[in-house]
Amino acid sequence: MEFFEEFPSLGRKTLSGMKQAVDETFKGFSRAYGEQLENFFDPLLRFLIWFEKLLEATPWPIILLVVGGLAWLGSRSWKITIGSVLAFVAIGILDMWEDTMATLAIISVATMLCIAIGIPLGILMSRSDRAQGIITPILDVMQTIPSFVYLIPVVMLLGIGKVPGLLAVCIYAIPPIVRLTNLGIRLVDKDVLEAADAFGTSPWQKLWGVQVPLALPNIFAGINQTIMMALSMVVIASMIGVKGLGVPVLRAISNQYLALGLMNGLAIVALAIIFDRVSQTYGKRLQAYRNGGK
Amino acid sequence: MSELKVQIKNLYKIFGKNPKKVLPQVKTGLGKPELLDQTGHVLGINNVSLDIPAKQIQVVMGLSGSGKSTLIRHINRLIEPTDGQILIDGEDVLTMSDRQLRDVRRKKTSMVFQKFGLLPHRKVMENVGYGLEVQGVKDDEIAQKAQHWIDRVGLTGYENHYPGQLSGGMQQRVGLARALATDAEILLMDEAFSALDPLIRYDMQSILLELQDELHKTIIFITHDLDEALRLGDKIAILRDGAMIQEGTAPQIVLTPADDYIADFTKDINRGKVIRLRAIAEAGTPYDGANIPAGTLLNDALQPLAQAPNQTLGVTEPDGRYLGTVSLTKVIGALAG
Repeated sequence: MEFFEEFPSLGRKTLSGMKQAVDETFKGFSRAYGEQLENFFDPLLRFLIWFEKLLEATPWPIILLVVGGLAWLGSRSWKITIGSVLAFVAIGILDMWEDTMATLAIISVATMLCIAIGIPLGILMSRSDRAQGIITPILDVMQTIPSFVYLIPVVMLLGIGKVPGLLAVCIYAIPPIVRLTNLGIRLVDKDVLEAADAFGTSPWQKLWGVQVPLALPNIFAGINQTIMMALSMVVIASMIGVKGLGVPVLRAISNQYLALGLMNGLAIVALAIIFDRVSQTYGKRLQAYRNGGK
Repeated sequence: MSELKVQIKNLYKIFGKNPKKVLPQVKTGLGKPELLDQTGHVLGINNVSLDIPAKQIQVVMGLSGSGKSTLIRHINRLIEPTDGQILIDGEDVLTMSDRQLRDVRRKKTSMVFQKFGLLPHRKVMENVGYGLEVQGVKDDEIAQKAQHWIDRVGLTGYENHYPGQLSGGMQQRVGLARALATDAEILLMDEAFSALDPLIRYDMQSILLELQDELHKTIIFITHDLDEALRLGDKIAILRDGAMIQEGTAPQIVLTPADDYIADFTKDINRGKVIRLRAIAEAGTPYDGANIPAGTLLNDALQPLAQAPNQTLGVTEPDGRYLGTVSLTKVIGALAG
């Protein structure tokens, strides 16, 4: 009856052999190609460092102006604009300015990267059911697999630093933009597409003149979600060497500094709320034509 | 009759998993319900042939599900047929490459839709200019032509509105202006006015007839409304279950319906507004009394006939040709059906 009491697993020897084989192969791969990969990501690293330096070197009043200006351009709402500026003032007064700038830098670069890769991927998915069938499960894995699990190979390949941190953030944050681009384009009214066809629209004209503009509200919801998810990865990214608001949070966890953790955590929340409100109101303004507004 | 603009030859369209396989069965006479029962395929168009003359309004009429909207989408190949031929100016649309087909859709045909099909994110001006923009016409030329057609359909002042801000009737004027702006010779109108309420529909019909007097387009007009068909159509074709059951002019359809189905359709319409004296004049002995034009509608002939001696008048064509006589009794008989 032994057979039923314990699940007949592979022997310990076979298993450890298998695991070792996988590890060795990957180590070999990382030894052979690690440097090339690092070179490949080098431009990204430079851009990230440049952007971070730029934010840190810019005098704080200018940053406040830029934040206020962007919030106004995006939302056209005084409430949101003033709220954003006040949040940044509070962050500065509580001495979290530098960490906030570092976080802002990595979030911005990660978001740009996600948009640059995610929107074309979403478009591809919307045009081919096969692409959708292949990419959807990959996105599912990316969203649900614990981030620590993919941190292992990323760190093995690229070591500790900004680029692996950025990659980890992107792996976690890219699915919404891909999904919502795909969904948005697929939801475009069939009657409108038929009318476009009837006037001899080429596939390219149809994509950029009809499908993408009409999918924009959904695409914007995707960008919004991507930013939110990128922000939520800040602490984990700081475990592998990304500067920013995540570092003091980690320190607070290991030393039980309640106030430090709370302050930096709330700074992340403030950033999230600002990004969310601004990008959402901008998305809403994009679909003004739906309600007959200007 | 004048030259043929569009010819549809033995067109079949079957919807389903494997249309080619069941096509022979349809060709040997399997009907729509039997086909659905036996093979799970839906018969959209069943051996339709139709010659559409240039510069006239060809109405295709049928109830919903009769295949009329499917038929019109074959002309610019928004739907691929299962079998058959479609010629526009003698060229086979079905053998065209994507590029050639796009050219036909840009230059030769344009379309007006039941649900308007306007681009909601573009203003009226940009919607009307859409066909030209797709063709790559220069901006100032687009603006000028779009403005011209906006004025023609009576939307001056609404150039910068979004479609969502307009009523249904106004949206369809935008649709009409968009279709006219490309100067295409063939205008495909798929239940273009069916979504509008009766008064607006009548208005739009008047606009269309007025424009047609001047533009002489080849118009293919789909409708389920017999009054609309009789008012607009130079020629009318009637579809049922994807097959054509009668084709002819309005009086032909009203006076000699091909079967009970059509007779049923036509029994409630006002014959006096459709039939003209030409259709019922009795050829015979020359008449030496007063004459009345052959194009007079029966309704309009009642009064003069009642006052004529013997309640009889001679009927003449506009070119002076004498057709015969018509009597009040004859007209009343025709009105009663």
